[in-house]
Amino acid sequence: MRHVLPWAYGLAAFAFIYLPVGALVLFSFQDGSLPVPPFEGPSLRWYADVLGDDDLVAALLHSLTVALGSAAVAVALGFGAAYGLARHHLPGSAVLRGLLIAPLTVSYLIVGLGLLIVVQRVGLGLSLWTAGIGHVVINLPLCFAIIYASMGAHQQNAERAARDLGADEARVVLLVTIPMLAPAILAAFFLSVMLSWDEFIIAFLLTRFDVTLPVEIWSMLRSGLSPRLNAIGSLVFLVSVAGILVIEFTLFRRRRP
Amino acid sequence: MSAGSDQARGWGFAAPALLWTMAFFVVPFVVMGAMSLATLDGRTLVWGLHLDNYAELASKAYLARAIFVSLEITLTVTVVSILLAYPLAWIIAFRVPQRWQRLALLLAILPFWTSYVVRSYAWLLVLAREGVVNQTMLGLGLISEPLTLANTRFATVTGFVHFFVMLLTLTIYANLVQLSPNYRRAAMDLGASAFQTFRHVILPLTLPGIMTGAFLTFVLCIGDYITPQILGGNTELTVPQVIMVQLGRRADFPLAAALAIVLMGIVTLAYLAMARWLRLDRL
Repeated sequence: MRHVLPWAYGLAAFAFIYLPVGALVLFSFQDGSLPVPPFEGPSLRWYADVLGDDDLVAALLHSLTVALGSAAVAVALGFGAAYGLARHHLPGSAVLRGLLIAPLTVSYLIVGLGLLIVVQRVGLGLSLWTAGIGHVVINLPLCFAIIYASMGAHQQNAERAARDLGADEARVVLLVTIPMLAPAILAAFFLSVMLSWDEFIIAFLLTRFDVTLPVEIWSMLRSGLSPRLNAIGSLVFLVSVAGILVIEFTLFRRRRP
Repeated sequence: MSAGSDQARGWGFAAPALLWTMAFFVVPFVVMGAMSLATLDGRTLVWGLHLDNYAELASKAYLARAIFVSLEITLTVTVVSILLAYPLAWIIAFRVPQRWQRLALLLAILPFWTSYVVRSYAWLLVLAREGVVNQTMLGLGLISEPLTLANTRFATVTGFVHFFVMLLTLTIYANLVQLSPNYRRAAMDLGASAFQTFRHVILPLTLPGIMTGAFLTFVLCIGDYITPQILGGNTELTVPQVIMVQLGRRADFPLAAALAIVLMGIVTLAYLAMARWLRLDRL
């Protein structure tokens, strides 16, 4: 009994954790028009349907663009801030760190609402650009924190050595710091891509005509359960899993150099 | 390199990120704060230092009710998630062989990375009137009428708990594996029972992990719009849902801003209440 109980609990927990995802993926292969038991299939018709839908494919491309673009900006800004604060003595650096981390403590809804109010006041139109700006705001603190935390004395010694050998600051950063921090920078980048890829509320508030995939899925949801939603949801999940595996590998490489 | 030029270079590197945060986070936040003190005269916005919106929160029952509903759901979700996640983290940390632990943890939190719109839809699929649970139980003859599971608070809480069990498993596991096995051995050697060891040694030592996860749960749960909207339907509204109603149908930005400020206030209070256990830098 003592040995069975933990495994039974573990099994039940995994069943609970995988129940919705399992139902989502299984009934994306449904041959009928309702994604519920009994299962008929397997059929790929809903995947064909989804990939033939111009709106969905456009939204998917928008999401990829916003995710990659906002992650690149967030990582670049985050790296700059981490390098500037870790390697140079700036007055009030604790306050500056706090300022950079602050957006993490605020709900996405509030970040989005604040930006929406300002964008409307300024008279700027809502677009994928405004959603991208919002995604940089939420991802910049993470990128900064991850990269800042991995800037150790080890890299600093290598930087000093390079400087003593006559490298200017640009060379030090490009040839020493960035290669040595590559795992952390990549992890920050992929984490940002995934969070932007999944993000709904900021994208919902800050886009209008061109929308991202979660917003498009949201508007499809109004018509209730549909195998099309299962198919597109499964594809989104697949992309997320691919992302998490990439992060796992980049982080693993750092642990076992 | 002189101190002055060192500082100048440091600013050069840090400035873009600082300016971005100022322009797109701090400024919007201040404007939102100002907006919460403005009022609407018909459709025109009147700036000023009015407390009308906050007074409305106290006087209109549905607004106060939303705050209450949000708090109730968030506290339920936080407590239930901790109770379910702790044993799972424990099993992964102490029962799963070392070399499989990382894989077990990765698998336990993989669905955490499903887009939250998709995850809520997936729960709708499971809980809807014609959904997986009802169809299965009807098929097996366990029930004769479909149960009402979706569009209830139960559905909202289930969707949330599913998400936060994974998050808490991660934070509690991280805490458990940091514990030296010597603590347990010492407690056992001194004659403590397994339960006493847990109650007086392990639990206090894992409190930071629990509290970190609980705080994240609280913050993310109380600010979420999607889960209550998709799974709870419109039977009872949470604060984020009311904010979205103000933005959409009524275009009452000042009231929405005031609600957002209240939401922030609640999160700040939660932070202050839990601050002494939180080690957010050790995440």
